[in-house]
Amino acid sequence: MSSRIGVVTFPGSLDDRDAQRAIAIAGGEPVALWHGTTNLSGIDAVVLPGGFSYGDYLRAGAIARFSPIMSSVIDAAKSGMPVFGICNGFQVLCESHLLPGALTRNDHLHFICRDQKLRIENTTSAFTSGFNTNQEIVIPLKNGEGSYIADERTLDELEATGRIIARYVDVNPNGSRRDIAGITNEAGNVVGLMPHPEHAVEAGFGPSLDGLAFFTSVLSTLVNAS
Amino acid sequence: MARVVVDVMLKSEILDPQGKAVERAAQRLGYSTIASVRQGKRFELEIDGPVDDAALARIRELAQSLLANTVIEDFTVRVEDN
Repeated sequence: MSSRIGVVTFPGSLDDRDAQRAIAIAGGEPVALWHGTTNLSGIDAVVLPGGFSYGDYLRAGAIARFSPIMSSVIDAAKSGMPVFGICNGFQVLCESHLLPGALTRNDHLHFICRDQKLRIENTTSAFTSGFNTNQEIVIPLKNGEGSYIADERTLDELEATGRIIARYVDVNPNGSRRDIAGITNEAGNVVGLMPHPEHAVEAGFGPSLDGLAFFTSVLSTLVNAS
Repeated sequence: MARVVVDVMLKSEILDPQGKAVERAAQRLGYSTIASVRQGKRFELEIDGPVDDAALARIRELAQSLLANTVIEDFTVRVEDN
């Protein structure tokens, strides 16, 4: 039986369908979850997709963090369920304090949409175990508030404990500290990533198939855990 | 009805690109004495009942959890005179 991976739709989510499609292509069973419920529908893992939940009002991810589904997601994350926040989902995870730091407006103020090269530096998290260490990949990036910020002590700790899962290569597109594109929590089950792997999973669409390994990684993680 | 104002500003060490853009525009318009601009948010809360210490404590709790992200922002809470 394939693993059930939830994808939360908030008002203003954009990439929920693409995330569901990526999960299906990877061999999982996508499960649509609505923000207004607390019922996780028996899922094994969850994706918080990209978009502009609640119109990015107040701060990106700040209102979504208090939606009913997030109280269940936060509890499940603390019990070890794999949680993957992409773009707006990464912002929601930081606002939820499941991940340290914050994502602020791009230092140059422009919305960026480009194919972005990344280096995968952590191959032990629930969503990166299928990569080779220092593997370079190219996936789409599109954000207006993607500049990762944390205090120096937190940044040092993230580096020392191998919790930076991916860094921008060649160009830092948004002013993120230490070129950080994605991080994980101490346990490795909660992962946030600013670029969009769900847009690079199928031949003919997107710059590569490099995004697929994020989704096959969590399926392997779930099989190995059961 | 009493009004409580919560001001939220990015911490001084956090880059404020929006403030910088406003600053450059102001200078372009000839406001040459404006040396620096930082942009923040102001929330006006109309409060039912007395604004005593307990009510202010609740408002600080709201500011801490929702109105501001204390990783990157500072806030102040004050009662506005009618």
